[in-house]
Amino acid sequence: MDTLLNRYRNITVLLLVIFAQLVLIAVQVRNDQDVRMVRIWSITAITPLARVLETVRGGTSDFFRNYILMHDARADNHRLQAEVDRLRMENQSLKTEISTADRAKTLVAFQQHTQSKTIAARVIASGAGANSKVVFVDRGSGAGVEKGMAVVTPDGIVGNVIAAYPTASEVMLITDAEFAAGVVSEKNHVVGTLKGQGQSTCRVDYVPSEEKIEVGEKLYTSGDDRIFPKGFPVGVVRVVRPSSPYQEILVDPTGLERGLEAVLIVLEGVHQAIPEVPPANAPVYLGTPPPQAPGEPQAVQPAGPAGTDADKLLQKYRQIGAAENHKFGEGAPGSKPPDFNIKVQPASPVAPSPARPLAGSVPPGQTPPND
Amino acid sequence: MTEYGDRYLVGNQREQVSRFRARVMLFVPLAAILFQVYLPRPFPFLGYLELPLLVTIYFALMRRSQIGGLFIGAFIGLVQDSLSIKQPLGMFGIVKTLVGYFAASVGLRIDVEHAVIRFLLTFFFYFFHQFLYWVLARGLLGRQIPFEIQLTLVLGLLNAVVGVTLFHFLDKLREPA
Repeated sequence: MDTLLNRYRNITVLLLVIFAQLVLIAVQVRNDQDVRMVRIWSITAITPLARVLETVRGGTSDFFRNYILMHDARADNHRLQAEVDRLRMENQSLKTEISTADRAKTLVAFQQHTQSKTIAARVIASGAGANSKVVFVDRGSGAGVEKGMAVVTPDGIVGNVIAAYPTASEVMLITDAEFAAGVVSEKNHVVGTLKGQGQSTCRVDYVPSEEKIEVGEKLYTSGDDRIFPKGFPVGVVRVVRPSSPYQEILVDPTGLERGLEAVLIVLEGVHQAIPEVPPANAPVYLGTPPPQAPGEPQAVQPAGPAGTDADKLLQKYRQIGAAENHKFGEGAPGSKPPDFNIKVQPASPVAPSPARPLAGSVPPGQTPPND
Repeated sequence: MTEYGDRYLVGNQREQVSRFRARVMLFVPLAAILFQVYLPRPFPFLGYLELPLLVTIYFALMRRSQIGGLFIGAFIGLVQDSLSIKQPLGMFGIVKTLVGYFAASVGLRIDVEHAVIRFLLTFFFYFFHQFLYWVLARGLLGRQIPFEIQLTLVLGLLNAVVGVTLFHFLDKLREPA
């Protein structure tokens, strides 16, 4: 140590003398703001050190706060995540309840509006199997539900009851491959048969290629199947492909668009009118037939007894109806049909009705006969 | 330089250390400072001479002691500061302290009896003195003063010439070995 001081004695003395004079200058000199240089130098010398110390202290504090104490943040994170999940579930549940309430409200309004006698039911289960198009509803034979009754919603038909149990019923959806129902188009009243395909879409069969049906056109039940009352919405035509002899038509069923929760089972169906739209094929005026020339043979009129098998069958059914006091076309869907197996006495031949004029062929000033 | 060479040189230089009487060491610097303070008023051209610096260089070179050199420089510089107007104590003190220290360091290494060596050393230390003062004035006092290199070099030559002459007369004041 002594050797070290002797070795650097000169330079040490130099630094001390320089430092002493620097202090002397600092004490005397003031800057523009009348602050002594010694104060400025001291602050200038101390500030970086203080800044370094503060940086180290802040960094250390942040390190402990952000990393060492991170387990609290992790616990908070888990707790908040669980809270968020719970709130999401609650929110979803509330949304579902609101949606259900809206549907129930719509269902009640539709039930009050329609003329058919219906009963509300809730879908409680779906049929087993991946491709099952069958659901169970919580209304059964105890509530008056019978096999074959129609199941609808305000949006459209859903299916029909294929089995009625005391407390529940099994409903075949319209998308089932075995489902079929008579439908009629909105504009041109084109009649066809709606069939399920086991998919989300249905097809309409037996629409001749010359009939005009458009994409986007709505379809309604025709009532011909005697399951669904006439006038219930069925779906919207999505695809029309020309083919022979029948067109290939695909339909999006509207009754299943918003899911199935609550449905209406039609206990006593009442046919209702199909919403009117401007008919595409308005009646065409036809003039009077030309006068007959003298000597020209008269047009052959159908005369004589029923000659065809259809005429014979029609005559037989009329006799059966008369014998059982049944009027065709008035029975509600699902009502008991007449017994067609009873024996009736053959009646005298029925004179054929006169030929009806073609639609639109009524002469001016005359009223067409009502159907 | 080898260790043997250092020992040989230091040994020779110690034998050449000049000694002065105490009154000479006191009177000559005071006279130079008074000259520097008062004569430039009636004779402004004398203001270009830096006699306190020349005296500092001379005594530091001849004493060949770093501590002695720095104290001589500090003493002369502080006295010069005290007599200067609006000059904080320590500015010339620091500059001349460093000049005295480095001049003594040089005096330990080389023969400073030769006139050319003295001329070059005086010229160099004058430039070093002016430059260091300019640096301190800017750094410590914040004074925005210019540093004119050409003028400094010319004045360095002038002071070097005067210094060699002054050193010749000051050699007469040395005590005989």
